[in-house]
Amino acid sequence: MSKKTEEIPDILTGEYFTTGNLAVAEGSLAAGCKYFGGYPITPSSEVAEHMAERLPQVGGHFVQFEDELASIASVLGASWGGWKSCTATSGPGYSLMVENIGLGVMMETPCVIVNVQRGGPSTGLPTLVGQQDVQQARWGSHGDYEIIALSPNSVQECFDLAIDAFNYAEKYRVPVTILMDETIGHMSERLVIPKRSQVKRLNRKKPSDKPGQQIHLPYEADKDLIPPMAVAGEGYRTITTGLTHDARGYPVINASAQKKIVKRLCNKILLNKNDIIKFEEYLLEDAEYVLISFGISSRAAKGAVNLARNKGIKAGLLRLITIWPFADEAIQEMAKKAKVIFVVEINNGQITREVQRAAAKQKADVYGILKLGGSIHTPAEILKEMEEKI
Amino acid sequence: MIKKESNSMILDAEAHPLDSYLRPGRIPHIWCSGCSLGSITTVVIEAIIESEIDPKNIAIVSGIGCTGRAAGYLNFDSFHTTHGRALPFAIGLGITDPNRKVIVISGDGDIASIGGNHLIHAARRNADITVFCVNNFQYGMTGGQVGPTSYIGQYQTTSPYGNIEEPFNLPALAASCGATYVSRWTALDVRRMKESFVEALLHKGFSFVEILGACPTTYGRRNQLRDGLTILENFKNRTILQHGIDPMKAQIQKDGPIIVGKFVEIQKPTLTDNLLRLHKMAKNVKPEL
Repeated sequence: MSKKTEEIPDILTGEYFTTGNLAVAEGSLAAGCKYFGGYPITPSSEVAEHMAERLPQVGGHFVQFEDELASIASVLGASWGGWKSCTATSGPGYSLMVENIGLGVMMETPCVIVNVQRGGPSTGLPTLVGQQDVQQARWGSHGDYEIIALSPNSVQECFDLAIDAFNYAEKYRVPVTILMDETIGHMSERLVIPKRSQVKRLNRKKPSDKPGQQIHLPYEADKDLIPPMAVAGEGYRTITTGLTHDARGYPVINASAQKKIVKRLCNKILLNKNDIIKFEEYLLEDAEYVLISFGISSRAAKGAVNLARNKGIKAGLLRLITIWPFADEAIQEMAKKAKVIFVVEINNGQITREVQRAAAKQKADVYGILKLGGSIHTPAEILKEMEEKI
Repeated sequence: MIKKESNSMILDAEAHPLDSYLRPGRIPHIWCSGCSLGSITTVVIEAIIESEIDPKNIAIVSGIGCTGRAAGYLNFDSFHTTHGRALPFAIGLGITDPNRKVIVISGDGDIASIGGNHLIHAARRNADITVFCVNNFQYGMTGGQVGPTSYIGQYQTTSPYGNIEEPFNLPALAASCGATYVSRWTALDVRRMKESFVEALLHKGFSFVEILGACPTTYGRRNQLRDGLTILENFKNRTILQHGIDPMKAQIQKDGPIIVGKFVEIQKPTLTDNLLRLHKMAKNVKPEL
């Protein structure tokens, strides 16, 4: 009796010692990703390499494109074909992708973009760490919109947040960026991949009307402001465009249609901030000196909190897991109690500025503890800068 | 609506036999009087009908520009994307279902200029896509700027002294990059155009059809061809049918011959064929983390 060849599963349940780049790729597969379109770029290339090996094993496709413009366009196309889709890149590639990330926002296309950040601007530091694309992830494409960006600080979280990213993308019909960095992408740690049954997978809403019976309204949103998604080949004769459009998906070029669509695109994210915004608190209950950080920087910041506590300084850490939408309310509350807030990040104050905005008119002063890319903070460096302001 | 009465077809005065292929409420279109896009769109619909491809499996993708608006008028799954990116969008859409027929309808500026890199690579991969590229020799929608298909000496708003750059020869470009079906027609030649469209739709792999269209508004009036009919007459007087000719010999110059015909028709494994082949190969490789 011949035994059927055992299919290689889309979830490699087990314990591993591996890198953030491979973890984010496996997390994507675990989330149900079936398509990756990409272009090689340091320090993200291992994501593409791993997807090239794995996707054909799980019945998906990997295509290496001629550039990042094409990569993200293909990701949107595959999503409209009904497949969960993603790409991975770094700053220079993300710069090329922002055009069609905007199209993804306007067409309300679920997809995931991994940005393994390096130092910029321009070619910058291809092989070294940076966190300089956080505002680009927010504002990179032209026009007004809201977007979701998540930032893992461990290899395990690269896996876990990949699943969250796909789920948010599907639930809110929006491109989601995973803001990794070179260090998280390349360092190796323990990764535990759960059983398939333990992975929560969300899928985009399907239309309730039957195809072909009446004219389908592809952009008629439900009460939650999110329209169900009819993809290609289902018989709905679905229509989508990057132009300002109405519920029919037809272009309408006037101010009232523009106001209606931009409001809805923003509000479907903003009204669900409680579901989307995640952060981690460490020793914050009695903290007078609060560090805010994310990604690899948050690990040095945690070390600095421990050093400070050893010296009797009441320090704590707020780690942003969701970068966008921004955790304004949580930061505002903290700024009422804390004496000083320090933002630890590897850029020239991109999140510091955001925290200053959120904490404006509150008690706490806000300072950035900044590096400009190329190396990560040490806990001692952070403590030294804290002590100068205490 | 077509009403059947005692075996004779009676057409309602307000109706057109192809109405069901156009999205309700989208007509009148934005195209100018004398533009060829209306008749080209009609031929696209007729060719789709003649190809007998299940309409459910058809997806129309376009970029930006006058031609790019065709996607929004056609009553199939349709995707009006960004400038130049119709082809990679179409590749992603196409490979998710081997039964899907993806048609890209877009202009010369969209496909050969801002999307030029995607054109050559889509042809190289033999992606399963049919491209109907309408060439009006310039950028119409933005007001008549010079484009990659403008001939030397052509007057446009950004070539006020006459164009100084060589134009692309689109069939030669597509063929040299690996397109497996390549043809060119003028918008006047609707019969041959339709036959060729049907062939292109039924072709497996990357099929590229260039259609020379009249744009009296922003091309013609600056180049002594004041209306649509004059441009089509100009095409007619210059057209030479030469099937199978090396497309390198089909460059269009000012007042020179316009060589039309089917230049390439070969069979090669397509991108989708090759991607599906990988599935079998990958089955025996144990994943490593």
